[in-house]
Amino acid sequence: MADFMLLLHEEPSALEELAPDEIESVIGEYVAWREELGAAGRLTGGKKLRDEGGRWLTSEDGKLRVVDGPFSEAKEVIGGFFMIAAGDYAEAVEISRDCPHLKFGGRIELREVEPTH
Amino acid sequence: MKSTRLKRVARTESQEVRAVADLLFRRRAGQLTATLVRVLGVQHLDLVEDVVQDAFVQALRKWPISGLPENPAGWILAVAKNRAMDLLRRQGRWAEKRDELERSILPEPASAQAPSVYFSEEIEDDELRLIFAMCHPALSVDAQVALTLKTVGGFGTTEIARAFLTGKSTVAQRLVRAKRALRDGLITLEIPGANEMPERLDAVFEVLYLMFNEGYSATTGADLVRADLCNEAIRLAELLAASSQVGGPKSHALAALFLFQAARLPARIARGGDLLPLDAQDRSRWNRHLIRRALEHHRRSAAGNEVSAYHLQAEIASCHTLASRFEDTEWGRILHCYDQLSELDASPVVALNRVVAVAHVRGAEAGLRALYPLKEEESLQSYHALFAVEAELLWRVGRTSEARCAVTAAVALAQSVPVRTYLERRSHDYLEAYK
Repeated sequence: MADFMLLLHEEPSALEELAPDEIESVIGEYVAWREELGAAGRLTGGKKLRDEGGRWLTSEDGKLRVVDGPFSEAKEVIGGFFMIAAGDYAEAVEISRDCPHLKFGGRIELREVEPTH
Repeated sequence: MKSTRLKRVARTESQEVRAVADLLFRRRAGQLTATLVRVLGVQHLDLVEDVVQDAFVQALRKWPISGLPENPAGWILAVAKNRAMDLLRRQGRWAEKRDELERSILPEPASAQAPSVYFSEEIEDDELRLIFAMCHPALSVDAQVALTLKTVGGFGTTEIARAFLTGKSTVAQRLVRAKRALRDGLITLEIPGANEMPERLDAVFEVLYLMFNEGYSATTGADLVRADLCNEAIRLAELLAASSQVGGPKSHALAALFLFQAARLPARIARGGDLLPLDAQDRSRWNRHLIRRALEHHRRSAAGNEVSAYHLQAEIASCHTLASRFEDTEWGRILHCYDQLSELDASPVVALNRVVAVAHVRGAEAGLRALYPLKEEESLQSYHALFAVEAELLWRVGRTSEARCAVTAAVALAQSVPVRTYLERRSHDYLEAYK
């Protein structure tokens, strides 16, 4: 079994016009997906990254440069990530295909995590 | 691109999922709006809507990935409250409104045992005030319906458009125009005084009646938003009926009417999706729980002397719903109600419904005689039911070829697919008999 990370790319403003009831069903679908995977022991973690206040850090000639961003107005940001356990990429894809993130217009970057030695 | 995403959030497949979360977002949005409108003022409805929407969008951003907080409703309230405070601070009205906001928006207790502040009588009063403001006679009836659904009901603009089969932009325009009237201070947020009450209540009843009928006349099971319209109309009618200040026999009559009708909804559609008329419905599928509630309202509606159009319609609905078999339907009583109803409301549609009762009591020939004057009615010329009723009566008296002509006209005029399918099936029956 290997660890895989699902990096959740999304457009932050994509769903903001939804009505409360529709928001409820979107959240409900994620909850159901997480619960199902969790019960099967396949979902091992997941965190939301804060939408506001991000910083880009670079170093120029040894001098730290800090710039605000990415902003929630951006075309696409990483909204957060899920961690899953799967035998190989094929199985990880199989597990990820039902992730509601895809249904609601986001992209998933699926990456295997190198084990620490 | 955005619109395709919105469409993909169809609710048809998510019923099961909704039971998992069961957060009642729509109700919460309505209640939160009602409370914030009291604190911030009805002329700031736009602001209130932004605050409420923002709180739900923040939940949408966080909860799918990080999971639900321990107390989801409390979380939403806290976010909305903070946002409202920010706005008040910016407007320099913080000091003046602070206490009211603090007092009004208390976090919900985390434990289920503790009594919930959120469902207190005060919230219900907030909702009642908001209903009266949104159903103000100074606004157009269309706007009243849209505003009530949006603010009190927590429906989205897209949902309202879908429920009323109009464009989203049409609904949005109605809302914008109505909000201008609110900003201009024409409409106050209060439960009307005794002298104004009957007229203002009638405006509210009319809005709820439209809301219910719009949902009820939708016979496809596909779009749940329309069933939600019925449920919201029932909820608000019962809210009015339960209020000591507002409720009266007429509110109970309206609630009884809605509940008797809604009780039969599950049996109206056959397994294959076909529309079933009353005589073909499996009555064991009628909702007993709703019938019990209807009966209670029906009983209470009899207090006092007034016999309103809602009383008569509730009585008619009760005759249909309480008959254990179609053959047991008390058509005599139904006809008597239609006679009285025609005196209160001389509309051709009421007269057409009366024709059906006449035919059941006095026979199809008598029904046809009552129908003929209606064929001259301008407003019924594009109404499929006029021709469907005529076809049925003609068929019963053996004038089969005329029946076929009439049913063809009815099919051409039918607005919804299930109604058209049903009429086409009848047309086929007439044809078979003809052979």
